Amino acid sequence: MTDDTAVDDVEIEEAPEDEIIVLAQKWKKKRGSLIMALHELQGRLGYVPRESAMKLGREMGVPLANIYEVLTFYNYFKLESPGKYIISVCTGTACHIKGSPKLLHGIEDELGIKEGESTPDGEYHLQGVRCLGCCGLAPLASVNGKVYGKQDVTNAHGLLEQVKQDQPMHVAAEATDAE
Amino acid sequence: MAKLIVDGIEIDVAPELTLLQACEAAGAEIPRFCYHERLSVAGNCRMCLVEVKGGPPKPTASCGMNVRDLRPGPNGEPPVVLTNSPMVKKAREGVMEFLLINHPLDCPICDQGGECDLQDQAMAYGVSGSRFIENKRAVEDKYLGPLIKTSMNRCIHCTRCVRFTTEVAGIAEMGLISRGEDAEITSYLEKALSSELQGNVIDLCPVGALTSKPYAFHARPWELSKTESIDVMDAVGSAIRVDVRGREVMRVLPRLNESVNEEWISDKTRFIWDGLRTQRLDRPYVKADGRFRATSWGDAFATIATRVTSTAPERMGAIVGDLASVEEMFALRELMAALGVASVDGRQDGTALHPKFGRASYVFNATIAGIEEADAILMIGADPRREASVMNARIRKRWRASGGKLPVFTIGAPVDLTYPHVHLGSDPAALQHLDAGALDVLNAAQKPLIVVGQGALVRHDGLALLSLAAKLATEVGAVTEGWNGFSVLHTAASRVGALDLGLVPGEGGRDVAGMIDASAKGELDVLFLLGADEFGAQHLGPNTFVVYIGSHGDTGAHRADVILPGATYAEKSGTYVNTEGRVQLGNRAAFPPGEAREDWAVLRALSEALGRKLPFDSLAQLRAKLYSAHPEFAAIDTIPAADPQAINTLATLGGIVRPEPFVPLIADFYLTNPIARASKVMAECSALARSGHSIAAE
Repeated sequence: MTDDTAVDDVEIEEAPEDEIIVLAQKWKKKRGSLIMALHELQGRLGYVPRESAMKLGREMGVPLANIYEVLTFYNYFKLESPGKYIISVCTGTACHIKGSPKLLHGIEDELGIKEGESTPDGEYHLQGVRCLGCCGLAPLASVNGKVYGKQDVTNAHGLLEQVKQDQPMHVAAEATDAE
Repeated sequence: MAKLIVDGIEIDVAPELTLLQACEAAGAEIPRFCYHERLSVAGNCRMCLVEVKGGPPKPTASCGMNVRDLRPGPNGEPPVVLTNSPMVKKAREGVMEFLLINHPLDCPICDQGGECDLQDQAMAYGVSGSRFIENKRAVEDKYLGPLIKTSMNRCIHCTRCVRFTTEVAGIAEMGLISRGEDAEITSYLEKALSSELQGNVIDLCPVGALTSKPYAFHARPWELSKTESIDVMDAVGSAIRVDVRGREVMRVLPRLNESVNEEWISDKTRFIWDGLRTQRLDRPYVKADGRFRATSWGDAFATIATRVTSTAPERMGAIVGDLASVEEMFALRELMAALGVASVDGRQDGTALHPKFGRASYVFNATIAGIEEADAILMIGADPRREASVMNARIRKRWRASGGKLPVFTIGAPVDLTYPHVHLGSDPAALQHLDAGALDVLNAAQKPLIVVGQGALVRHDGLALLSLAAKLATEVGAVTEGWNGFSVLHTAASRVGALDLGLVPGEGGRDVAGMIDASAKGELDVLFLLGADEFGAQHLGPNTFVVYIGSHGDTGAHRADVILPGATYAEKSGTYVNTEGRVQLGNRAAFPPGEAREDWAVLRALSEALGRKLPFDSLAQLRAKLYSAHPEFAAIDTIPAADPQAINTLATLGGIVRPEPFVPLIADFYLTNPIARASKVMAECSALARSGHSIAAE
């Protein structure tokens, strides 16, 4: 993970135009790099707003059609702002055994939403994901990339309190410095 | 060559063929939805499964596997392919069951019914029932513009439409979003598609997801009588099939012609048919006191005869429009010759082309199919996307085949051609002092193609520009043994035929501009218009007696003093010569409305009333006369040879080039002729093109 070079204001509707231009210039010449560019864009904003996708397409010379084919094919990409805190509860094998379904239901009850939904105030988005790759910490959840391991599955409230206290922010995707 | 055995038949085919093509070569029928000869291979419908012996023990999608990838048997026996084994039958039945899971069984209310690939193949490969008892999915219909109606529940995601718009039409406005059960075809923007070729996705769609909006629910395929004909909307001469029910043209579809349109047609060609019914001139009219009065043929002829017999031939003229067939132009020429009229012009747009320079000076010498051999292209004052949409697709095909490396240069008004090109300048100076880099590329090319458009030739300095282009063509080696890259792009279906017939002013005669000028000065008393509407009838003087022979109440008819109702291209058998100089024969699909008659017959009857009876009483007799005077018109579907020496002569002409920039020739693609201007659908497309496409291009 990179350090916390977070975007301060998560609620901005789109990345500043010059940032997208820089992004486009960076990936333009590499074949098959659309995913990387979109990955980075989502890393900055938490999702890919339509305006930004259009601008990126123009700058990279990729038709909007192709961009949306990629965006909608992969579940990872989000087209709408998912909320300030994206809570990903691991439902992989190890976490499952350790009772992660209970944790997930607990958070659902606590927030009053179902898995895959966002709270009406836009604060939280809850999703179940497959293995996050740190089964030793099971059961676990990650919020905006910050990992909360070895959770007490009966204490969803405590997890949310911890999140409120930490205020983890979106961080630019690892891809930023890759290659 | 590679040997393989298909269903027990040993064949020898090129190794780069796909299995599907090889099986077809062996006479086996392979069902398919996504595979299309002119599009890239997608391999996503899985209907073309075959069994390959020696390969993995599962069915193989024959569209995506090359013959060269097959392994021979242990003793070097040719690979064995089975297209009707029990395994293949079972596999295809399975695929069909999957395809039908979400396909609504609404064939009785589906416009594709009767000509549906899915319907046909379900009859052959389907089983009687489905094991799917859950609800079918529902997909929202998409808006794709006034031409294409969508019913996305029926879509089987073959992606032919996506591949066509991206690859052939060059507009990446359609795509497949999401995946699996959620997959949908969409244009993202809920805007009309911006291509001039979009109608072709209707033919490509193997199901009823994309159907023709103007034709929706009007007819069933089995109640239509089909006539093979030739399109006249532009000078490409696309092969078409005109479908008629009763007296009415219900739709126009493309026919296969590898040398001309492959299997595409432009939207103007396809959706023009509603214009054939409206604004029609269905009986003769005579203008009296500023108003048109319906009258009889005899009365109309008598009115003309009174006027003509009292007028000296020098004070008469004739102009031919863009849609006229060779037969009626021949009849007009003979009639004018009999009357002693020298002011005859078949070039209503005022193009500088002239038959005296030789045939090679006014045809697309490289031929349309020849575009695929060109290795560098320079276009001067041409916008093939709007002037010859189908030909533009051919240039794009060439560009794609070159891996995006084909150098294309343009001089003229800036245009979006759907493929990258270098714009060298908007004025003739860019041609006079050609960019050194571009010159090097043209010089280095083996088969350079120089396209001269009417945008350059209709200018006052058109001849000088033509000469300049010819000079360049000879200098860069565009005219060699076996390749003639000097090509004139025409926009009117009648023009090459008119030039072949020599429909230009004779000794002492006036051309179109001269006739308008003379009319304004009161020196032209009688003017015959054979479907001529776009030459500037509003500039004619008030004292010129105008006789209009044509099909639609357009500008020419409005200015006329006598209207003689003629037939459209769908209502007569006529010869048309396309921009390559290819002679093609169109057939009559319907009958003209009311008292309207085929134009040659109108001219023949008029000639009798004028006391100059033309020597033919039937189309066959007319053609016999025509062929004896011009044998090249008898050679249907061929391009008569043109002597390239003409281009050298042209190059030496010179002339003064003026500095004004080129202007676009076609202001509105959808409204270029009287039939199009009478069409509601074309009007809608035109309004959309003016307002919406700038947004859709985002």
